[in-house]
Amino acid sequence: MQVSIVKYNAGNIRSVDNALRRLGAEPIITDDPTVLRNSDRVIFPGQGEAESTMQYLHEHKLDEIIKGLTQPVLGICIGMQLLCRHSEEGNTDCLGIFDADVRRFRPTEHNQKVPQMGWNTINDTKSKLFEGFSKPEFVYFVHSFYVPLCEATIATTDYIQPYSAALHKDNFFATQFHPEKSGSVGEQILKNFLL
Amino acid sequence: MLAKRIIPCLDIKDGTTVKGTNFVGLREAGDPIELGKLYSQQGADELVYLDITASHEGRKTFTQLVTRIAEEINIPFTVGGGINELQDVDRLLNAGADKISINSAAIRHPELINDIANHFGSQVCVVAIDAKQTANGWKCFLNGGRLETERDLFQWAREANDRGAGEILFTSMDHDGVKQGYANEALSRLSAELSIPVIASGGAGVKEHFRDAFTVGHADAALAASVFHFGEIPIPELKKYLAQYVQIRL
Repeated sequence: MQVSIVKYNAGNIRSVDNALRRLGAEPIITDDPTVLRNSDRVIFPGQGEAESTMQYLHEHKLDEIIKGLTQPVLGICIGMQLLCRHSEEGNTDCLGIFDADVRRFRPTEHNQKVPQMGWNTINDTKSKLFEGFSKPEFVYFVHSFYVPLCEATIATTDYIQPYSAALHKDNFFATQFHPEKSGSVGEQILKNFLL
Repeated sequence: MLAKRIIPCLDIKDGTTVKGTNFVGLREAGDPIELGKLYSQQGADELVYLDITASHEGRKTFTQLVTRIAEEINIPFTVGGGINELQDVDRLLNAGADKISINSAAIRHPELINDIANHFGSQVCVVAIDAKQTANGWKCFLNGGRLETERDLFQWAREANDRGAGEILFTSMDHDGVKQGYANEALSRLSAELSIPVIASGGAGVKEHFRDAFTVGHADAALAASVFHFGEIPIPELKKYLAQYVQIRL
Protein backbone atom coordinates (compact mmCIF):
# COMPACT_ATOMS: atom_id res chain seq x y z
CA MET A 1 0.00 0.00 0.00
CA GLN A 2 1.32 3.45 -0.91
CA VAL A 3 0.81 6.16 1.70
CA SER A 4 1.60 9.78 0.90
CA ILE A 5 2.00 12.70 3.25
CA VAL A 6 1.20 16.11 1.77
CA LYS A 7 4.33 18.25 1.81
CA TYR A 8 3.60 21.93 2.57
CA ASN A 9 4.71 24.75 4.85
CA ALA A 10 3.38 23.29 8.11
CA GLY A 11 5.35 21.88 11.02
CA ASN A 12 5.11 18.40 12.49
CA ILE A 13 5.08 16.51 9.19
CA ARG A 14 8.08 14.44 10.18
CA SER A 15 6.32 13.16 13.32
CA VAL A 16 3.62 11.65 11.13
CA ASP A 17 6.27 10.09 8.91
CA ASN A 18 7.97 8.58 11.97
CA ALA A 19 4.69 7.25 13.37
CA LEU A 20 3.74 5.57 10.08
CA ARG A 21 7.20 4.02 9.84
CA ARG A 22 6.79 2.58 13.35
CA LEU A 23 3.67 0.85 11.99
CA GLY A 24 5.67 -0.62 9.11
CA ALA A 25 4.45 1.75 6.35
CA GLU A 26 6.87 3.49 4.01
CA PRO A 27 5.26 6.86 3.41
CA ILE A 28 6.36 9.38 0.78
CA ILE A 29 6.36 13.06 1.72
CA THR A 30 5.39 14.80 -1.50
CA ASP A 31 3.65 17.71 -3.22
CA ASP A 32 3.69 15.95 -6.60
CA PRO A 33 0.07 15.84 -7.89
CA THR A 34 0.54 12.52 -9.70
CA VAL A 35 2.03 10.78 -6.69
CA LEU A 36 -0.72 12.15 -4.43
CA ARG A 37 -3.50 11.11 -6.80
CA ASN A 38 -2.08 7.61 -7.23
CA SER A 39 -1.54 6.87 -3.52
CA ASP A 40 -3.80 4.44 -1.66
CA ARG A 41 -3.94 6.73 1.36
CA VAL A 42 -3.13 10.42 1.74
CA ILE A 43 -2.35 12.11 5.04
CA PHE A 44 -2.69 15.88 5.32
CA PRO A 45 -0.99 16.66 8.63
CA GLY A 46 0.50 19.71 10.23
CA GLN A 47 0.79 22.29 12.87
CA GLY A 48 0.59 25.89 11.81
CA GLU A 49 -1.51 28.91 11.06
CA ALA A 50 -4.53 28.87 8.73
CA GLU A 51 -3.93 31.94 6.58
CA SER A 52 -0.29 31.29 5.61
CA THR A 53 -0.81 27.56 5.06
CA MET A 54 -3.91 28.15 2.87
CA GLN A 55 -1.97 30.72 0.88
CA TYR A 56 0.86 28.23 0.35
CA LEU A 57 -1.57 25.50 -0.75
CA HIS A 58 -3.16 27.91 -3.20
CA GLU A 59 0.15 29.13 -4.65
CA HIS A 60 1.31 25.54 -5.16
CA LYS A 61 -2.10 24.48 -6.57
CA LEU A 62 -2.33 21.89 -3.80
CA ASP A 63 -5.78 23.18 -2.79
CA GLU A 64 -7.45 21.85 -5.94
CA ILE A 65 -5.45 18.62 -5.80
CA ILE A 66 -6.47 17.87 -2.21
CA LYS A 67 -10.12 18.68 -2.91
CA GLY A 68 -10.09 16.33 -5.89
CA LEU A 69 -8.65 13.29 -4.07
CA THR A 70 -10.88 10.22 -4.12
CA GLN A 71 -8.95 7.74 -1.94
CA PRO A 72 -9.18 7.85 1.91
CA VAL A 73 -7.62 11.11 3.15
CA LEU A 74 -6.78 11.87 6.79
CA GLY A 75 -6.40 15.49 7.89
CA ILE A 76 -4.64 16.07 11.20
CA CYS A 77 -4.87 19.21 13.40
CA ILE A 78 -4.44 22.21 11.08
CA GLY A 79 -5.01 19.69 8.27
CA MET A 80 -8.50 19.08 9.66
CA GLN A 81 -9.20 22.79 10.07
CA LEU A 82 -8.10 23.54 6.50
CA LEU A 83 -10.57 20.92 5.23
CA CYS A 84 -13.41 23.01 6.71
CA ARG A 85 -15.23 25.90 5.00
CA HIS A 86 -13.70 28.86 6.78
CA SER A 87 -11.38 29.62 9.72
CA GLU A 88 -11.62 32.48 12.15
CA GLU A 89 -7.80 32.34 12.24
CA GLY A 90 -6.79 35.12 9.86
CA ASN A 91 -10.39 35.16 8.52
CA THR A 92 -9.38 32.50 6.01
CA ASP A 93 -11.45 30.70 3.39
CA CYS A 94 -10.47 27.03 3.50
CA LEU A 95 -11.02 23.94 1.32
CA GLY A 96 -14.70 23.45 2.10
CA ILE A 97 -14.86 19.66 2.31
CA PHE A 98 -16.62 19.79 5.68
CA ASP A 99 -19.57 22.17 6.13
CA ALA A 100 -18.19 23.71 9.30
CA ASP A 101 -16.47 26.93 10.32
CA VAL A 102 -13.39 26.93 12.58
CA ARG A 103 -13.64 29.13 15.66
CA ARG A 104 -11.25 30.37 18.33
CA PHE A 105 -11.56 29.00 21.88
CA ARG A 106 -13.00 31.68 24.16
CA PRO A 107 -12.31 30.74 27.78
CA THR A 108 -15.08 31.34 30.28
CA GLU A 109 -12.94 30.57 33.36
CA HIS A 110 -9.33 31.32 34.19
CA ASN A 111 -8.21 27.69 34.36
CA GLN A 112 -9.28 27.20 30.72
CA LYS A 113 -5.98 28.00 29.06
CA VAL A 114 -5.55 28.51 25.32
CA PRO A 115 -4.06 26.65 23.53
CA GLN A 116 -5.53 23.48 24.93
CA MET A 117 -2.35 21.48 25.39
CA GLY A 118 -2.34 17.91 26.59
CA TRP A 119 -4.39 14.73 26.83
CA ASN A 120 -8.18 14.78 26.68
CA THR A 121 -10.79 12.08 26.04
CA ILE A 122 -12.70 11.40 22.83
CA ASN A 123 -16.37 10.52 23.29
CA ASP A 124 -19.37 9.44 21.17
CA THR A 125 -17.04 7.86 18.65
CA LYS A 126 -18.73 6.52 15.53
CA SER A 127 -16.30 5.55 12.80
CA LYS A 128 -14.00 2.73 11.75
CA LEU A 129 -11.16 5.01 12.90
CA PHE A 130 -12.05 4.22 16.51
CA GLU A 131 -12.62 0.49 16.20
CA GLY A 132 -11.17 -1.49 19.08
CA PHE A 133 -11.83 1.02 21.84
CA SER A 134 -14.27 0.17 24.60
CA LYS A 135 -14.01 3.33 26.70
CA PRO A 136 -13.36 7.05 26.12
CA GLU A 137 -9.64 7.05 25.34
CA PHE A 138 -7.16 9.87 25.91
CA VAL A 139 -5.46 11.47 22.91
CA TYR A 140 -3.04 14.39 22.58
CA PHE A 141 -4.27 17.85 21.57
CA VAL A 142 -2.49 21.16 20.91
CA HIS A 143 -4.79 23.82 19.46
CA SER A 144 -6.31 27.26 19.93
CA PHE A 145 -9.04 26.91 17.29
CA TYR A 146 -11.76 24.27 17.12
CA VAL A 147 -14.47 22.88 14.86
CA PRO A 148 -17.96 23.07 16.43
CA LEU A 149 -20.17 19.99 16.48
CA CYS A 150 -21.63 19.40 13.01
CA GLU A 151 -23.09 16.74 10.77
CA ALA A 152 -19.64 15.30 9.99
CA THR A 153 -18.65 14.90 13.68
CA ILE A 154 -17.52 11.33 14.46
CA ALA A 155 -15.98 12.00 17.89
CA THR A 156 -16.41 14.76 20.45
CA THR A 157 -14.16 16.27 23.10
CA ASP A 158 -15.06 18.67 25.87
CA TYR A 159 -12.86 21.71 26.40
CA ILE A 160 -14.65 24.96 27.28
CA GLN A 161 -17.55 23.38 25.34
CA PRO A 162 -18.09 20.13 23.44
CA TYR A 163 -16.56 20.30 19.95
CA SER A 164 -15.51 18.02 17.08
CA ALA A 165 -12.49 15.84 17.88
CA ALA A 166 -12.84 14.10 14.52
CA LEU A 167 -14.80 14.45 11.27
CA HIS A 168 -15.78 12.18 8.39
CA LYS A 169 -17.45 12.86 5.07
CA ASP A 170 -17.19 10.61 2.02
CA ASN A 171 -13.49 9.69 1.64
CA PHE A 172 -12.28 12.46 3.97
CA PHE A 173 -11.42 11.74 7.62
CA ALA A 174 -9.90 14.22 10.03
CA THR A 175 -8.77 14.45 13.65
CA GLN A 176 -8.16 17.58 15.69
CA PHE A 177 -5.81 15.62 17.94
CA HIS A 178 -2.42 14.19 16.98
CA PRO A 179 -2.68 10.40 16.58
CA GLU A 180 1.05 10.35 15.81
CA LYS A 181 1.74 11.61 19.35
CA SER A 182 -1.05 9.78 21.17
CA GLY A 183 0.81 6.65 22.28
CA SER A 184 -0.72 3.24 21.58
CA VAL A 185 -4.24 4.70 21.17
CA GLY A 186 -3.00 6.94 18.38
CA GLU A 187 -1.22 4.02 16.74
CA GLN A 188 -4.47 2.06 16.69
CA ILE A 189 -6.27 5.00 15.04
CA LEU A 190 -3.59 5.27 12.34
CA LYS A 191 -3.74 1.49 11.81
CA ASN A 192 -7.52 1.69 11.44
CA PHE A 193 -7.10 4.41 8.83
CA LEU A 194 -4.60 2.32 6.86
CA LEU A 195 -6.83 -0.81 6.95
CA MET B 1 -11.67 17.02 30.75
CA LEU B 2 -8.06 17.88 30.07
CA ALA B 3 -5.73 15.68 32.15
CA LYS B 4 -2.92 16.86 34.40
CA ARG B 5 0.39 15.75 32.91
CA ILE B 6 3.28 13.77 34.42
CA ILE B 7 6.59 14.55 32.74
CA PRO B 8 9.85 12.69 33.41
CA CYS B 9 12.88 14.86 32.68
CA LEU B 10 16.07 13.35 31.33
CA ASP B 11 19.29 15.35 31.62
CA ILE B 12 21.61 14.26 28.81
CA LYS B 13 25.37 14.42 28.89
CA ASP B 14 27.48 12.70 26.23
CA GLY B 15 24.53 10.56 25.18
CA THR B 16 23.53 9.24 28.60
CA THR B 17 20.99 10.30 31.21
CA VAL B 18 22.25 11.98 34.35
CA LYS B 19 20.59 13.75 37.25
CA GLY B 20 22.10 16.32 39.55
CA THR B 21 21.18 17.19 43.08
CA ASN B 22 20.83 20.94 43.53
CA PHE B 23 22.41 21.31 40.10
CA VAL B 24 25.78 19.81 41.19
CA GLY B 25 27.09 16.25 41.37
CA LEU B 26 25.93 14.04 38.53
CA ARG B 27 24.95 10.37 38.65
CA GLU B 28 24.29 8.22 35.60
CA ALA B 29 20.74 7.00 35.11
CA GLY B 30 20.65 5.08 31.86
CA ASP B 31 20.13 5.07 28.12
CA PRO B 32 17.94 8.03 27.13
CA ILE B 33 15.94 6.27 24.42
CA GLU B 34 15.32 3.08 26.38
CA LEU B 35 14.37 5.14 29.40
CA GLY B 36 12.05 7.33 27.31
CA LYS B 37 10.34 4.30 25.80
CA LEU B 38 9.91 2.74 29.21
CA TYR B 39 8.33 5.91 30.58
CA SER B 40 6.04 6.17 27.58
CA GLN B 41 4.87 2.57 28.10
CA GLN B 42 4.38 3.24 31.80
CA GLY B 43 2.08 6.18 31.08
CA ALA B 44 4.27 9.29 31.05
CA ASP B 45 2.31 12.05 29.28
CA GLU B 46 5.33 13.82 27.80
CA LEU B 47 9.10 13.73 28.08
CA VAL B 48 11.69 16.46 28.46
CA TYR B 49 15.27 15.94 27.29
CA LEU B 50 17.78 18.54 28.47
CA ASP B 51 21.19 18.76 26.85
CA ILE B 52 23.63 19.66 29.61
CA THR B 53 26.75 19.42 27.47
CA ALA B 54 27.85 22.81 26.25
CA SER B 55 30.45 21.88 23.60
CA HIS B 56 29.90 22.07 19.87
CA GLU B 57 30.58 18.34 19.57
CA GLY B 58 28.08 17.59 22.32
CA ARG B 59 25.43 19.62 20.53
CA LYS B 60 25.83 17.57 17.35
CA THR B 61 25.52 14.33 19.32
CA PHE B 62 22.38 15.68 20.99
CA THR B 63 20.76 16.60 17.66
CA GLN B 64 21.40 13.06 16.42
CA LEU B 65 19.87 11.74 19.62
CA VAL B 66 16.76 13.93 19.08
CA THR B 67 16.34 12.40 15.61
CA ARG B 68 16.40 8.91 17.11
CA ILE B 69 14.04 9.86 19.94
CA ALA B 70 11.55 11.19 17.37
CA GLU B 71 11.75 7.93 15.45
CA GLU B 72 11.11 5.76 18.48
CA ILE B 73 8.93 7.64 20.98
CA ASN B 74 5.18 7.92 20.38
CA ILE B 75 4.35 10.71 22.84
CA PRO B 76 5.29 14.42 22.71
CA PHE B 77 8.73 15.48 23.83
CA THR B 78 10.44 18.78 24.57
CA VAL B 79 14.17 19.42 24.18
CA GLY B 80 16.24 22.11 25.82
CA GLY B 81 19.72 23.18 26.75
CA GLY B 82 22.05 25.41 24.78
CA ILE B 83 19.36 26.98 22.59
CA ASN B 84 20.52 30.52 21.85
CA GLU B 85 19.01 31.51 18.53
CA LEU B 86 16.29 30.76 16.03
CA GLN B 87 18.64 28.50 14.09
CA ASP B 88 18.99 26.17 17.10
CA VAL B 89 15.21 25.96 17.36
CA ASP B 90 14.90 25.19 13.67
CA ARG B 91 17.56 22.46 13.90
CA LEU B 92 15.89 20.70 16.85
CA LEU B 93 12.34 20.95 15.49
CA ASN B 94 13.63 19.61 12.19
CA ALA B 95 15.20 16.71 14.04
CA GLY B 96 11.68 15.91 15.29
CA ALA B 97 11.25 17.60 18.67
CA ASP B 98 7.68 18.72 19.40
CA LYS B 99 8.67 21.65 21.60
CA ILE B 100 11.83 23.42 22.62
CA SER B 101 12.63 24.92 25.97
CA ILE B 102 14.67 28.11 26.35
CA ASN B 103 16.06 29.48 29.59
CA SER B 104 19.10 31.78 29.85
CA ALA B 105 18.87 32.92 26.22
CA ALA B 106 15.29 34.11 26.79
CA ILE B 107 16.33 36.30 29.71
CA ARG B 108 19.29 37.69 27.76
CA HIS B 109 17.28 38.25 24.58
CA PRO B 110 13.57 38.24 25.43
CA GLU B 111 12.64 38.97 21.79
CA LEU B 112 13.75 35.39 21.02
CA ILE B 113 10.40 34.31 22.48
CA ASN B 114 8.50 36.52 20.01
CA ASP B 115 10.64 35.24 17.14
CA ILE B 116 10.02 31.58 18.01
CA ALA B 117 6.29 32.16 18.45
CA ASN B 118 6.07 34.00 15.12
CA HIS B 119 8.12 31.47 13.17
CA PHE B 120 6.97 28.18 14.65
CA GLY B 121 3.92 28.98 16.81
CA SER B 122 3.57 29.49 20.56
CA GLN B 123 2.87 25.81 21.12
CA VAL B 124 6.53 24.87 20.50
CA CYS B 125 7.94 27.49 22.88
CA VAL B 126 8.46 26.46 26.50
CA VAL B 127 10.14 29.13 28.62
CA ALA B 128 12.04 27.52 31.50
CA ILE B 129 12.73 29.64 34.56
CA ASP B 130 15.12 28.73 37.38
CA ALA B 131 14.31 30.84 40.41
CA LYS B 132 15.17 31.09 44.05
CA GLN B 133 13.62 32.92 46.98
CA THR B 134 15.96 35.72 48.13
CA ALA B 135 15.65 38.56 50.64
CA ASN B 136 14.19 40.58 47.75
CA GLY B 137 11.63 38.00 46.69
CA TRP B 138 11.78 35.32 43.96
CA LYS B 139 14.68 36.04 41.58
CA CYS B 140 15.54 34.37 38.27
CA PHE B 141 18.91 32.71 37.78
CA LEU B 142 20.96 32.06 34.64
CA ASN B 143 23.44 29.45 33.45
CA GLY B 144 21.98 26.44 35.21
CA GLY B 145 21.47 28.37 38.42
CA ARG B 146 24.95 29.82 38.72
CA LEU B 147 24.19 33.48 38.03
CA GLU B 148 21.63 35.57 39.89
CA THR B 149 19.72 38.24 37.95
CA GLU B 150 17.63 41.22 38.96
CA ARG B 151 14.60 39.70 37.28
CA ASP B 152 11.58 38.94 39.44
CA LEU B 153 10.08 35.50 38.78
CA PHE B 154 6.47 36.67 38.45
CA GLN B 155 7.24 39.70 36.28
CA TRP B 156 9.43 37.64 33.98
CA ALA B 157 6.88 34.84 33.67
CA ARG B 158 4.19 37.41 32.76
CA GLU B 159 6.48 38.98 30.18
CA ALA B 160 7.30 35.59 28.64
CA ASN B 161 3.56 34.83 28.52
CA ASP B 162 2.85 38.14 26.75
CA ARG B 163 5.71 37.66 24.28
CA GLY B 164 4.18 34.41 23.07
CA ALA B 165 5.51 31.55 25.22
CA GLY B 166 3.32 28.46 25.06
CA GLU B 167 4.15 27.16 28.54
CA ILE B 168 6.20 28.12 31.58
CA LEU B 169 8.44 25.48 33.16
CA PHE B 170 9.20 26.77 36.63
CA THR B 171 12.00 25.19 38.67
CA SER B 172 12.43 26.26 42.26
CA MET B 173 16.15 25.92 42.93
CA ASP B 174 15.53 25.76 46.67
CA HIS B 175 13.28 22.75 46.21
CA ASP B 176 15.14 20.97 43.40
CA GLY B 177 16.77 17.70 44.39
CA VAL B 178 15.82 17.86 48.07
CA LYS B 179 12.56 15.90 47.73
CA GLN B 180 10.49 17.97 50.13
CA GLY B 181 7.74 18.93 47.67
CA TYR B 182 7.23 21.56 44.96
CA ALA B 183 7.15 25.34 45.58
CA ASN B 184 3.36 25.34 45.72
CA GLU B 185 2.81 28.90 46.84
CA ALA B 186 4.82 30.35 43.96
CA LEU B 187 3.23 27.85 41.56
CA SER B 188 -0.24 28.85 42.61
CA ARG B 189 0.55 32.51 42.07
CA LEU B 190 2.03 31.80 38.62
CA SER B 191 -0.99 29.76 37.68
CA ALA B 192 -3.34 32.56 38.72
CA GLU B 193 -1.37 35.28 36.92
CA LEU B 194 -0.66 33.53 33.61
CA SER B 195 -2.93 32.56 30.73
CA ILE B 196 -0.69 29.65 29.61
CA PRO B 197 0.01 26.26 31.25
CA VAL B 198 2.52 26.05 34.10
CA ILE B 199 4.78 23.02 34.57
CA ALA B 200 6.00 22.45 38.14
CA SER B 201 9.60 21.34 38.54
CA GLY B 202 11.88 20.67 41.47
CA GLY B 203 11.12 18.94 44.74
CA ALA B 204 9.19 15.72 44.07
CA GLY B 205 10.01 13.05 46.64
CA VAL B 206 6.73 11.23 47.32
CA LYS B 207 3.38 10.84 45.52
CA GLU B 208 1.71 13.42 47.74
CA HIS B 209 4.06 16.09 46.39
CA PHE B 210 2.65 15.62 42.88
CA ARG B 211 -0.89 15.78 44.22
CA ASP B 212 -0.12 19.04 46.06
CA ALA B 213 1.47 20.60 42.96
CA PHE B 214 -1.89 20.07 41.22
CA THR B 215 -4.37 20.70 44.03
CA VAL B 216 -2.49 23.44 45.94
CA GLY B 217 -0.11 24.78 43.27
CA HIS B 218 -2.73 24.49 40.48
CA ALA B 219 0.02 23.37 38.08
CA ASP B 220 -1.03 21.93 34.73
CA ALA B 221 1.84 19.45 34.66
CA ALA B 222 4.49 18.16 37.05
CA LEU B 223 8.03 17.31 36.04
CA ALA B 224 10.46 15.11 37.95
CA ALA B 225 13.64 13.16 37.31
CA SER B 226 15.39 11.11 39.96
CA VAL B 227 12.25 9.67 41.60
CA PHE B 228 11.50 8.12 38.22
CA HIS B 229 15.04 7.25 37.11
CA PHE B 230 15.83 5.34 40.26
CA GLY B 231 12.43 3.68 40.43
CA GLU B 232 11.47 5.33 43.70
CA ILE B 233 8.02 6.21 42.36
CA PRO B 234 6.74 3.98 39.55
CA ILE B 235 4.64 6.06 37.12
CA PRO B 236 1.66 3.64 36.95
CA GLU B 237 1.36 3.66 40.74
CA LEU B 238 1.71 7.46 40.84
CA LYS B 239 -0.98 8.03 38.23
CA LYS B 240 -3.39 5.62 39.91
CA TYR B 241 -2.92 7.52 43.15
CA LEU B 242 -3.34 10.95 41.51
CA ALA B 243 -6.51 9.86 39.70
CA GLN B 244 -8.27 9.97 43.07
CA TYR B 245 -7.73 13.73 43.19
CA VAL B 246 -7.40 15.14 39.68
CA GLN B 247 -8.09 14.19 36.05
CA ILE B 248 -5.32 11.80 34.96
CA ARG B 249 -4.78 9.74 31.81
CA LEU B 250 -4.71 6.11 32.88
